[in-house]
Amino acid sequence: MSQWVRRGLLSGVRSTAYPAAREAAAGVSPGLPVGGVRAPAEGAALAACCPTGALTQHASELLVDNRRCIHCFRCVRAVAAPLGLSDDYEWAVWGQATQSRRALGRPFHRSVHVIVVDAGDCGACLQEVRQLNNPYYNMHRLGFFITPTPRHADVLLVVGSVTDHMRAALEHTYAAMPGPKRVVAVGACALTGGLFAPSFVSEGGVARVLPVDVEVPGHPPPPLAILHGLLVAVGRAMPTTLGASPLNPVTGTSHG
Amino acid sequence: MNLIEDLQREIGARWGAAATCRIAPRTGVLEAVAAPDALEALCGWLFGERQLGFAGLVVEEGDQQWELRYAFYGSREPGWVQVILRRPLSQRNVPSIVRVVHAADWHEREAEDLYGLQFEGHPRLGDFVLHDDVWQEAVEPMRRSFPSDRLPVERHPRPDWRPRRVLQATGAFVMPIGPVFAGLSESAHFLLETVGEDVVRAIPRLFYKYRGVEKLAEGQPYIDVLLSAERFAATTAFSHALAYCHAVETIGSVPVPERALVLRVFLAELERLRHHVVAIEAICDSTALAVAASQVGMLGEELLRIAGWLTGHRYLFGLVTPGGLTVDLDDQRCQDACRQCGEVLRKLNRLEAMLQQSSSFLDRLEEVGFIASGDALACGLVGPIARASGVARDLRVVQPYGGYDRFAFQAPLEHEGDGYARLRVLFAEARQSLSLMEQVVSRLASGPIHAPPRLEAGAALGWVEAPRGAAFHWLRISEDGTVQRYRIVPPSFINWLGFRLSVEHFAFQDFPIILSTLDLSVAENDR
Repeated sequence: MSQWVRRGLLSGVRSTAYPAAREAAAGVSPGLPVGGVRAPAEGAALAACCPTGALTQHASELLVDNRRCIHCFRCVRAVAAPLGLSDDYEWAVWGQATQSRRALGRPFHRSVHVIVVDAGDCGACLQEVRQLNNPYYNMHRLGFFITPTPRHADVLLVVGSVTDHMRAALEHTYAAMPGPKRVVAVGACALTGGLFAPSFVSEGGVARVLPVDVEVPGHPPPPLAILHGLLVAVGRAMPTTLGASPLNPVTGTSHG
Repeated sequence: MNLIEDLQREIGARWGAAATCRIAPRTGVLEAVAAPDALEALCGWLFGERQLGFAGLVVEEGDQQWELRYAFYGSREPGWVQVILRRPLSQRNVPSIVRVVHAADWHEREAEDLYGLQFEGHPRLGDFVLHDDVWQEAVEPMRRSFPSDRLPVERHPRPDWRPRRVLQATGAFVMPIGPVFAGLSESAHFLLETVGEDVVRAIPRLFYKYRGVEKLAEGQPYIDVLLSAERFAATTAFSHALAYCHAVETIGSVPVPERALVLRVFLAELERLRHHVVAIEAICDSTALAVAASQVGMLGEELLRIAGWLTGHRYLFGLVTPGGLTVDLDDQRCQDACRQCGEVLRKLNRLEAMLQQSSSFLDRLEEVGFIASGDALACGLVGPIARASGVARDLRVVQPYGGYDRFAFQAPLEHEGDGYARLRVLFAEARQSLSLMEQVVSRLASGPIHAPPRLEAGAALGWVEAPRGAAFHWLRISEDGTVQRYRIVPPSFINWLGFRLSVEHFAFQDFPIILSTLDLSVAENDR
């Protein structure tokens, strides 16, 4: 067994400097399409190529609804005037429930227990949440711990579009958590239903069942985006500014 | 004489008019239209005596009749046989083949649940895909008359539903696990029937994540259904998207350019390498060997980053498309990625050597979750699980597709059938994947990466050897390119059937280890 102790020590510290500093390694994030001023014809072509309606042309500006992006890359590869991709990962925004609730706050800064519920996930979001336990991200150093029981949980992290079969289990899990509690919805499926919902067998996302405090876009969101979402839920990071994701005049919501 | 001609001759001789054969002109598939009386015997003969693999049951509801298609593939040489049964729509009773083709068990249960077909002779139907505590009886969502966007369905659920108990003994009780359990597990429910510390059997209840992917595909343009094929089980996204594209390319007879073919091999093997590393991490984690789990976990993250750097997406989304690839990869970057993967594999080999010296780790894997070779064959198991039980089936070898015939590789084989054998297969396959990637980058030739697909009405089966095993995608599209029927048979759907083989009479603390060594995806199974 001593060989494992030695191997572990020899590896040194691999954890990302995030959130203290930006993570610059390649391949940590797929990026999101960046909107902006576009000629109407170009914008219309871009909006037409998007399979989930994440792109809308409003006057001279192309708006990107990050919550709907499923990373099909059509808008960056399959059109004449392609969009650029951002190289960031701090994507988390407030959910609807935050109008009445705030971040968990100081008592939780160094100890937050998270229960993860897979409510119809494709496996990728869950895998990216697992990566947070990996030495490269090491969520423990920030005081985040995965707990298997709702009785110990402060944050409910939901992945997946909430299938009918999982709805009761999700509601029971939330009900079993002591207060104060917060809900973080992770991934396009959990936010909007993604490709598979709403349908005859799924709700269109977590917000139809539970009050969602923080939303993390991405399909799947990279681990750093999920970490950002958890930090936002506790109050240790700010959600993405409205400047990066402009007010959407079409749907009237403040997070694009 | 090749397999198909041989089978055609022999089926003709044995069944005569009860099974009319023809070889489909473009695909070369032997189609045998069977009379209801001959179905069971014919399928049983193909599966049992001729040792063909069972790829799946495809049910199609036509205007006038049901068409049930039982697909078999040569397990030693190339060739496909499809046994077709046609019944008028009003006739819901269909003979079951489960007594002779045990691998068809879950296919028939699924078709009963979703289409309302009654498989006569099947020992256990009901409460499968659609849970009885959520759905009322006699809802058949895959029927064409059922709208896919009906929301909400009017339900009359039975909240008092309780699972069936099998074990009747003094002191016996049932330990329910899930659907939300153990921190970071996929949603599934297990009933462990136990008399104390020893579990007599474990009964899985799945489809908590049933998203109706096959139903939602109907009526959609085929290019949009590709997105679903890629995303319904995204840890093996590339393989499933590739199988879907194979089906589209077979329908339209699309010649995929050479460069795209070999780059697809490169990307598929990159996915296999990453998948296997993540699976090995899960095994280390389940045995509570924390340092090993962390060490292997770092390699998994490194491979995800390599994929993200090379292709733009950590899970290889948006790359494969009917006719080739959506984006060309730079040769130099492919070489760099391959070199970095080689570095990862070197570290993985070192960890393997250390694991082989960790007796506490080996003790927990050896003779745990045993699957006998004969049982694996009878259940039609696929992938690393089957190859760890001595069943040498790898679609890349027996039914070659894409660019694999250009490269040399082996399908590793073990015979013990326990958790440790499965771990060794994962390590050996990871080495083979890197070898394939190296062969690809050593002879990358420039050229186009995409041939525009032609639209044609038709149906075809596409297949790949996905990281978890054989994956089959059946597709029927109309002239305008909309999907009429899409059927996915993912490897986990096949292997979950065999799950119960490995969970009879085991100690309770072995349960997570058995689960991790089997590496079954719930998302893939549930669709």
